[in-house]
Amino acid sequence: MSLPPTPQQTAGPYISLGLAPLSRPELVPEGAVGALVIRGRVLDGAGAGVPDGAVEIWQRPPAGTAAADWPGFGRCLTDPEGEFWFRTARPVAGSGDAPHLELLVFARGLTRPVRTRLYLPDEAEANAADTVLAGVPEDRRPTLVARAVGGQLLFDVRLQGDGETVFFG
Amino acid sequence: MSEPLGEVDLRSLDPPYDHPAYRSTTLRAPSRPLLRLAPDLTDPSGPVFGERTVGPADHDLTRQHPAEPLGERIIVAGRLLDTEGRPITGQLIELWQANAAGRYAHRTDDHPAPLDPNFTGHGRCLTDGEGRYTFITIRPGEYPWGNHPNAWRPAHIHLSVFGRAFTDRLVTQMYFPGDPLLPIDPIFNSVADPAGRERLLAQLDMTLTEPAWALGYRFDIVVGGRAPTPFEGMEHRR
Repeated sequence: MSLPPTPQQTAGPYISLGLAPLSRPELVPEGAVGALVIRGRVLDGAGAGVPDGAVEIWQRPPAGTAAADWPGFGRCLTDPEGEFWFRTARPVAGSGDAPHLELLVFARGLTRPVRTRLYLPDEAEANAADTVLAGVPEDRRPTLVARAVGGQLLFDVRLQGDGETVFFG
Repeated sequence: MSEPLGEVDLRSLDPPYDHPAYRSTTLRAPSRPLLRLAPDLTDPSGPVFGERTVGPADHDLTRQHPAEPLGERIIVAGRLLDTEGRPITGQLIELWQANAAGRYAHRTDDHPAPLDPNFTGHGRCLTDGEGRYTFITIRPGEYPWGNHPNAWRPAHIHLSVFGRAFTDRLVTQMYFPGDPLLPIDPIFNSVADPAGRERLLAQLDMTLTEPAWALGYRFDIVVGGRAPTPFEGMEHRR
């Protein structure tokens, strides 16, 4: 038996009504050793912030953390400027992978979520050996690597146009 | 050293990003092709949801306030399945919707229809040991929107669904059978394949219907199957 999957439909402008109750931008507590604070904006093709979106990050449990004790995903609704943030554990490298987070973005005007990856700026060697990054045209790779600014990581998601983030299917 | 990633051929039942009839896609649809990521052993698996994720009454949108909301009470229920028809248990389904008058309890909804003090319009539940879920709610109203002159959305309920893996994540809308607005709705029709649109329609189900209390609508949800088929013998991280 093979059932066709239920199609995606846009989350629409009232996404926060449904998804804010289980918003969880903090996957680890404040002050956790080695925690990463990630900030960014979701931007449309005109460079305007997307105020009616949600960003989810997914990552495997960090070393020494049992799956049952790890929330598995984080979620932040974008604010009126399109901004989101997370505080999470540093991701661990998989086989053949540089450490990274998986991201999904949902919003009005997105008929289905976009999927991208966030790589770390201080992992240049691992990033250079990462098979996914290596498969992305060189001029677009920087859209997948966060920038370190003032002890935080900045990562904007540009849905369309100049500097469009690389999205995966 | 490494092969360039291929581009994804969007022939699935999912809508394309660029769907001009739905005007909000104009500035938000990615303009570059998606790059293909083979399913790999590092894809995160679905989150583990504990009993504390949802409250005991979170699935009943008619009991979140001192009195019952206005409108036609309905039961929305079904199963969460993978593409092989196997139930997905213990996963989270979130729901949101307009009230019976077609108004969302959301600060940006300015449709001049009344808010209902007894209806907020969001709920959540976990699928049981057989993948089943149940919500009790009211039938949402149709409402106008600014997409094009005299545009109206058919009655619909938003559903957010988790599966076994990251790639199963689904946000969709459930519609009611026979709604005359369906043929002219740009969002419903963003799914080009009639078989896909069919999957978005709930079915009136008299076995779910509670006599003298509420009509029951069945809406089974199927996730997965978007990723390319892995090679024989390659183990999935499930």
